[in-house]
Amino acid sequence: MTSSTSKLSIIDYGAGNIGSVINMLQHIGVSAEVINDSEKVKKANKIVLPGVGNWDAGMQKLQESGLIEVLKERVLEDSVPILGICLGMQLFLNSSEEGVLPGLGWINGKVKNFNFSSLEPFSKKLAVPHMGWNSVSVIQDCNLTQSLHENSKFYFVHSYHAEVEDRKDVMLQTQYGYPFASAIRKDNIYGVQFHPEKSHLHGMNIMKSFASL
Amino acid sequence: MLRTRVMPCLLINNGRLVKTIKFKNERYVGDLLNAVRIFNQKEVDELVVFDISRTRLNKKIDFDLIKKMASQCFMPVCYGGGVKSIEDFKRLFTLGVEKVSVSSLLFENPKVVEEAVNIYGSQSIVATIDIAKPVFRSNYIIKTHAGKIKRAITMSDITSYCESLGVGEIIINNINQEGTWQGFDVNALKNLTKNAKVPVVAVGGAGSLSDIRAAVELGGASAVCIGSMAVFQSKDMGVLIKFPKQSELEQTFRGI
Repeated sequence: MTSSTSKLSIIDYGAGNIGSVINMLQHIGVSAEVINDSEKVKKANKIVLPGVGNWDAGMQKLQESGLIEVLKERVLEDSVPILGICLGMQLFLNSSEEGVLPGLGWINGKVKNFNFSSLEPFSKKLAVPHMGWNSVSVIQDCNLTQSLHENSKFYFVHSYHAEVEDRKDVMLQTQYGYPFASAIRKDNIYGVQFHPEKSHLHGMNIMKSFASL
Repeated sequence: MLRTRVMPCLLINNGRLVKTIKFKNERYVGDLLNAVRIFNQKEVDELVVFDISRTRLNKKIDFDLIKKMASQCFMPVCYGGGVKSIEDFKRLFTLGVEKVSVSSLLFENPKVVEEAVNIYGSQSIVATIDIAKPVFRSNYIIKTHAGKIKRAITMSDITSYCESLGVGEIIINNINQEGTWQGFDVNALKNLTKNAKVPVVAVGGAGSLSDIRAAVELGGASAVCIGSMAVFQSKDMGVLIKFPKQSELEQTFRGI
């Protein structure tokens, strides 16, 4: 482990598959803690916000955790790097077609359902959820994209995807019926739609890069 | 584009990794966790693991083993065997399993399957259907309990029945072909996939890359599982945990 790698603080708000994230971090030698109280969030140097499941359920759990204010302070004022995974990433946006609750609104955009109605008829067979291994192309170069190469593929399971207002906030793009933002980034706020914790070496590299920011 | 998934299908019996032929002739092929580590290195798409001793012998799920396995798996893993209750689903997902497969539960307690779909989403719930063609018969029948119990439902109704419960994927396991290296029964697959709305995964018979291609190209399968090909050097040969290279698989599916 390099000296620049600091401990990752994984937020446990009851809506994430934290086990898999911890397992992978242990495997690559990145130290991590699971936290769910504001005192620990105040001390966190790098934050991971996992998340699986429904938008409203996730947002409600995050509200109930009482951590939103302190997360906002750390992320928006203290510029602590945060990585959202799957639903965790979607929550950074303003709203979602999957639910009615407002999102965190840290990156301007909406979460949309995959909608293939405007495509050619033969494309309509695409299944939702988008599930399986798919490739990514780099739109915005940053520390997290440095380890990627042409053949990097990631494991996806999702029915909704991010649509950010400012094209500059798209980090990675993936083709499924049409191109969508498979990773987003604005300043210290990073989010990935895929599951790095289940994407072998490519996922490990993303997690390592985030840990060494 | 999405890659066509090819996955090792591993069988466990009392904590031991085994391989069968037509659900019989069980052979010990090594340690599950060691195999998982090798499949990690080989960067397989996904891992499918069935504990074949659970339902048949009415035993509880070996959660300790699954916990150890899931902690080593840096790819998605699907587990099946002895899943009976919502509590079972919950424990498996908490341990880090991405998908849970059910078989006898589809017939014995379909309400639990529907409830699991509602809670965890259809993408996490898989139906595994064992099919077999009895001697002197031309039609396949549906079986559970490692081939011991015959079900009343027909082949033409099985996929729509599974879909009506909300499962996100159906694994079709052909007992006649299982462990034989003789290829998939492409016609049986085609009949099952032609009206299926969810992805159908073929397992049972893979002996070569061209068999894998045939299951997808001719059988209409969305993904393929390999059993013997992943644990033996070749037919009737010694144990060797192995997997085709991604480049070989890309070549295999070229043009489909």
